[in-house]
Amino acid sequence: MANIVEPTIFELSSPGRRGVTMPASDVPEASLPPKELLRSELPLPELAEVDVVRHYMKLSKFNYSVDDGFYPLGSCTMKYNPKINEDTCRLPGFLFTHPLQPIETVQGNLALMFEMQEWLKEISGFAGVTLQPAAGAHGEFTGVLMMAAYHKLRSDTKRTKMLIPDAAHGTNPASVGMLGMQVVTIPSDERGNVDLEKLKAACDDTVVGMMLTNPNTLGMFDEHIEEVVKLVKDCGGLMYGDGANLNALLGIVRPGDLGFDVMHFNLHKTFSVPHGGGGPGSGPVGVSQRLVDFLPSPLVGIVEEGDDEMAPLYGFVTPKNSIGRMKAFHGHFGGGLVRSYTYIAMHGPDGLKDIAQYAVLNANYLQARLRGTYHIPYDRICMHEFVMEGQFEGSDVRALDISKRLMDYNFHPPTNYFPLIVHEALMIEPTETENKDTLDRFADALIKIAEEAKTQPELLHNAPSTTQFGRMDEVKAARELVLCCWLPENYEA
Amino acid sequence: MTYIPISSAERDAMLKTVGVKSLDDLFEAVPAKHRFPELNLPPALTEMEAAAHLGELASTNENVREHLISFLGAGAYHHYVPSVVDHMLRRGEFYTAYTPYQPEISQGTLQAIFEYQSLMTNLTGMEVSNASHYDGATAAAEAVNLAYAQYRGKRKKLVLSPAVNPQYREVIRTYTQGMGVDTAGDDAENHDGGPEALIPLIDESTMLVTVQYPDFFGRIYDYTDLIKVAHEKGALVCVVANPTALVMLKTPGEMGADIVVGEAQPFGIPLWYGGPYLGFFTTKKSYVHKMAGRLVGETVDVRGNRSYVLTLTAREQHIKRERATSNICTNQGLLALCASVYMSTLGKQGLQEVANLCYQKAHYAASELSKLDGFGLCHTEPYFHEFVLCCPKPASEVNQYLLDNGILGGYDLGKDYPDMQNHLLVAVTEMNSKDEIDTLVEILKEM
Repeated sequence: MANIVEPTIFELSSPGRRGVTMPASDVPEASLPPKELLRSELPLPELAEVDVVRHYMKLSKFNYSVDDGFYPLGSCTMKYNPKINEDTCRLPGFLFTHPLQPIETVQGNLALMFEMQEWLKEISGFAGVTLQPAAGAHGEFTGVLMMAAYHKLRSDTKRTKMLIPDAAHGTNPASVGMLGMQVVTIPSDERGNVDLEKLKAACDDTVVGMMLTNPNTLGMFDEHIEEVVKLVKDCGGLMYGDGANLNALLGIVRPGDLGFDVMHFNLHKTFSVPHGGGGPGSGPVGVSQRLVDFLPSPLVGIVEEGDDEMAPLYGFVTPKNSIGRMKAFHGHFGGGLVRSYTYIAMHGPDGLKDIAQYAVLNANYLQARLRGTYHIPYDRICMHEFVMEGQFEGSDVRALDISKRLMDYNFHPPTNYFPLIVHEALMIEPTETENKDTLDRFADALIKIAEEAKTQPELLHNAPSTTQFGRMDEVKAARELVLCCWLPENYEA
Repeated sequence: MTYIPISSAERDAMLKTVGVKSLDDLFEAVPAKHRFPELNLPPALTEMEAAAHLGELASTNENVREHLISFLGAGAYHHYVPSVVDHMLRRGEFYTAYTPYQPEISQGTLQAIFEYQSLMTNLTGMEVSNASHYDGATAAAEAVNLAYAQYRGKRKKLVLSPAVNPQYREVIRTYTQGMGVDTAGDDAENHDGGPEALIPLIDESTMLVTVQYPDFFGRIYDYTDLIKVAHEKGALVCVVANPTALVMLKTPGEMGADIVVGEAQPFGIPLWYGGPYLGFFTTKKSYVHKMAGRLVGETVDVRGNRSYVLTLTAREQHIKRERATSNICTNQGLLALCASVYMSTLGKQGLQEVANLCYQKAHYAASELSKLDGFGLCHTEPYFHEFVLCCPKPASEVNQYLLDNGILGGYDLGKDYPDMQNHLLVAVTEMNSKDEIDTLVEILKEM
């Protein structure tokens, strides 16, 4: 029997215990629906408020978070999330507006959304933006649907292939798979760029387009980006940009200017929406002029022009060839858009450029400090992140061991085993919100760990040893598939 | 305002270590003619200015707490959120953590999701729940993906009740446009039939039947017979359910449903002008390998501590890439926590009180409104906290009149159903006092 570190909320339940109570009914009693339509039991926990608070407080202490310390998880942009965002997104005017209210009663929300569309267009160089997608992968799906709709409207039905570099995030091919298109993988060259010859060979009139993350997941800005875009466009394809790594490009270059046709933003990476233990995110999508008519409906637009005395009236508009609705209502307004709007408003154009510059400086500084101790397969000036190998000649220590050992030094590990094209990959993204001392301590820890790998490898194999929990038996979890629990009295059933 | 904690002296030292002279030198791989564009954005605000500016935008809205009495639902509901909920959500340990890929230092998130999964399966009467979807609409669309994958694309017919939320039906259409799905029943002019009307549409090519519970018009049907017929034809059945109603009503699991999805916004998530909300997705254990989304399972660590990990990850996009059932990656983690804290804080009895208040107040409102000249209840089926009111005038006019009197009326069904121009979908929750309901009745009496 395993030790129970914290009982589940079901195990804490005691029949008859009360938490928050509701007022008594102030209306005459109506009879309930016929018994056949009612449930016979409601097997949910019964707790007092203090039980609930202590339970979740205890759980919170089992977590490591950005507020606790350095979280260099590559491709996830775990930057510090300003606290003011938490206040602005909870203003009563935002919290208590219903998504189906008449537009005249929610002009504040609509003005914010309209301005957000405009700002994202300006930051990325695109002609149109939808705020509807709920997350990056949802934005990708939106983008791929628009690319398919574009070719379909032109009766260009031969196009079924999507070109995707081998360094891409898994969501790229998965988004394409949802539409039944064929994925053609394009290898990277020895400098971490798209292999131009291989790309040239793949470009023909069956290509829907290319999905490119730039900078890519190696942290490299493609040195031939203009040629790549030209090759895809010359064969009639569309260019999709995965905006996961946009943090490196703010005020540095606009994907729209480089010729991209569509890109999703990850507001939860670049624009400081907190990651929430896995969401909610927010994944607006920007498009070039030739895709604006395909954007999901509805968008926020001006439905009555304003003048010197009157503000314009904002409302919803439907693009001519819209792919349709991606989710209910208007996107992740409160938790996503309001936080990001606050963040962009507080940075302005120069502040945004600073973000990218310091994110890139921090990554290059760490890369410089670790070069020599760890093998860096694509070694040139990186952007916001870099990838190194978590293995040493003649040692059985793996990237996983190094990651786990970092926990003993009170750091969150980098992303490991991604991208797939680097052996034992450790993908490090420090972000701009870390100071030099933290970066130095992290580099020192990694250098020390490299030494431990040689002298005391068991320290790494057995890591973490100072955390509240040790390594998990993942095989047992998958084999036994215990996916939920019940009240103690319901276990028999 | 900047959040960059690096002084200029530190910056210079770092640049030296890197081996470049200036920050700009880091960007030589970027084509020179596009490098460093001037961004035409408003100048930066300080925190004080930003707080004031956002406050002003927010106060431009009329909200349902301070300005308007609301009877609007149609997929998003105004409920009381106990204070504890936001106190727990504001723990930085929860909201500034990432997806729990490193279980040793993410047990808080993992156990919370495991408990969320447990709460949802116990509520719906199903066997497994994933860690969440973007919202109820996308969860309903993912149910179609599950059925499509279950039949490996060999069955392509979806029987979709016209009484499923119109936005959900729209999202299903968007999601399935590349799959060649043949949809039957999704007919806005033929919406009165109930489950019996769907039965003749189910055949051997049907992969999935999707219905809503209570349906978009608020009607409560027992889908047991429909589900039996669907199973005889080999089709799966997805029930889109309202979680507050499930506290009181027979579970879809008891009716035999294969998939139960829905919008869990009513469980502690603010209206927030439509998002982010929380899509729940529950199913039978036999479909777990086809289900999209993250899943947490129980295990032990090397020290013998009971603990939790993300499991069955081989189904997901980062492993299976183009062969994954769905591309979902980020979900609604923090809001799953929100729903869990809500359910725990109210507990079994508190939730029953909420459900009962919704039911009682809606029935009082319906009974009073139907006494008015020219008004009446459109349906005779049992309902929970939402019902269709037939009005003597177009619903749009009724709503405008109510708005002029500080009331957010119901949802104008004429927007989605051409023959329902005079029909208002009215929602009543525990937030509506008897006084508010009486005010609504009085004002409509004077119309």
